[in-house]
Amino acid sequence: MTDLALEPASRGAPQTSSRGAISIRNVVKTYGSGASQVTAVDDCSFEVAAGEICMVVGPSGCGKTSLLNAIAGFHDITSGEILIDGETICGPDRPMAAPGPDRVVVFQNGALFPWKTNLENVAFGPTMQGTMTEAAAKARARSLLAEVGLDDVAERFPGEISSGMRRRVEIARAVINEPRVLLLDEPYRALDALTKQVMHEALLELYYRNKVTIFFITHDLEEAVFLGHKLVISTARPCRPKTIIEVDIPHPRDRSVITSPRFRELMEAAHEAVRQEAVAAFQAGDKEG
Amino acid sequence: MTEIDAKALGADGAVRTASAFPPTPTTVARRPFRASPKLPLSLVGFAAFLLAWHLAVEVWRLPRFAKLPGLVEVFVEWTSTDPMYGVSLFTAEYYQHILVSLKRIVAAFSAATLLGVPLGLLLGWSQRFREYVFPVFETLRPVPILAWVPISIILFSGAETSVVFLTFIAAFFVTTLNTMTGVQSIDPSVVRAARCLGASPRQIFRHIVAPGALPHIFTGLQVSMGVSWFSLVAAEMVSGEFGLGYLINTAYAKIQYPTIAIGMITLGAVGYASSALVRLVGARLMAWRLREIGVGR
Ligand SMILES: Nc1ncnc2c1ncn2[C@@H]1O[C@H](COP(=O)(O)OP(=O)(O)O)[C@@H](O)[C@H]1O
Ligand SMILES: [Mg+2]
Repeated sequence: MTDLALEPASRGAPQTSSRGAISIRNVVKTYGSGASQVTAVDDCSFEVAAGEICMVVGPSGCGKTSLLNAIAGFHDITSGEILIDGETICGPDRPMAAPGPDRVVVFQNGALFPWKTNLENVAFGPTMQGTMTEAAAKARARSLLAEVGLDDVAERFPGEISSGMRRRVEIARAVINEPRVLLLDEPYRALDALTKQVMHEALLELYYRNKVTIFFITHDLEEAVFLGHKLVISTARPCRPKTIIEVDIPHPRDRSVITSPRFRELMEAAHEAVRQEAVAAFQAGDKEG
Repeated sequence: MTEIDAKALGADGAVRTASAFPPTPTTVARRPFRASPKLPLSLVGFAAFLLAWHLAVEVWRLPRFAKLPGLVEVFVEWTSTDPMYGVSLFTAEYYQHILVSLKRIVAAFSAATLLGVPLGLLLGWSQRFREYVFPVFETLRPVPILAWVPISIILFSGAETSVVFLTFIAAFFVTTLNTMTGVQSIDPSVVRAARCLGASPRQIFRHIVAPGALPHIFTGLQVSMGVSWFSLVAAEMVSGEFGLGYLINTAYAKIQYPTIAIGMITLGAVGYASSALVRLVGARLMAWRLREIGVGR
């Protein structure tokens, strides 16, 4: 790993192995005002340890993306505070965090730049920040693409490759910045089961090689238990942790854990928690409608 | 097969995840963007059109068509070294008309592009700017080109400037509007991604907004080129001493019907060529788009 890329991401923070702890404290996010006001996140508090894979699970529309956007700095929070490694990124004095390469988002519907090749996409961060020369960034990008098995499509455009490949390129584009936190918003939602499986293994591979904190939104429970150290199961809107499940299956993991009894037990527990909320969400929807 | 792809084969190795990992094409052929029609087929089309013209006017002499210039008559005049009405492929005057029109098109189209693209980018990028400017813009835009004639004559002293102005004006609106739409069509996630990755506003403008708007800009430029010719001919018919529009109009006044047809055919050909040129430049700048939509494979 080059220290070059480390620099921008960790500006001002100690470069220890404890990078990327997230503290979410009493965060509230409301949209609009008056009658049309929607509270997406309400008094939400939980901690994500440095280097942890935290899976945020909740019914659609519960406010998961709103929470992620607040961490990323795409919008403000109404009240509360979010800290990364003890540093307040948004809080009472400063309702909106500044987006930056220490917290890189992989978007729900993908956001590669279609007019840049896959290689240029991956090299984009360090090139723009000026932390690497363009040549160095491209060399690093190429080796990251090789890590996810995509060196042969480096010179192609995102529109020319499959959606599964695009997701891997996008994750490589994030990882090259050596962010403290990787924010993934249902990245594999549109993929078929087989491709998803490949994606999970590719992601874990990258994770083992490039230690980073992962904040991962999903509503696929198997995905959540397979990848996560921890599941934060949210209530139906507004988003707030209802149950936190520690996944005590040791990393590194491979597909074989799926058939283990412990995996099944954890799935059951997660399922029960989610089901209650899904029912609640459904009934709330009924009332509103 | 890479390591990861190989895992995708599964235990029995039979499941090639063909949909997830399509074979990588190795060659990329270049063809014009939104490829111009294939030649042999278009020749058939042209032949059919010319035949219909010939039959309607010169063979069957259909009631309303009989007075029109016939195909043979036009062809003879056009290729004559000593044309009856003074304009053919072998007269300097013919090329002067073309050249004058082309110069006006180049001036007007360039001005429309140089002003319209930046204005459109700004309109799309800055909501504040859009709120100030767009209502004015939208009020002026529907005013037809002929309604601008008096103003342009009052505004500019020479006929030349006012013809160029009239040619410019419609093209400018088209280019600006399409550029603005282009910026607005950019996926907001893409802009957010760039901000996440540490790009400054200036870098976002250069690397995201401008290339992201490019497909719409070039669609706009193609339309704008067409609109330029349209307005040019209208303007040349109103005022001007040379140009293809002027040629057609005076030929009509002097009852030189074959010359009208010569003017029209020439307009069509030059107009087609200029649009093809815009397409070609667009294709050069947007290799990604070509390959994405599969034309370039
Ligand atoms: N920009 C916005 N303006 C108004 N309401 C919004 C906005 N974004 C999200 N919402 C509302 O907030 C709620 C939570 O949305 P979101 O965070 O996207 O949920 P999730 O990602 O869990 O599906 C939804 O009811 C949604 O309609
Ligand atoms: Mg969402």
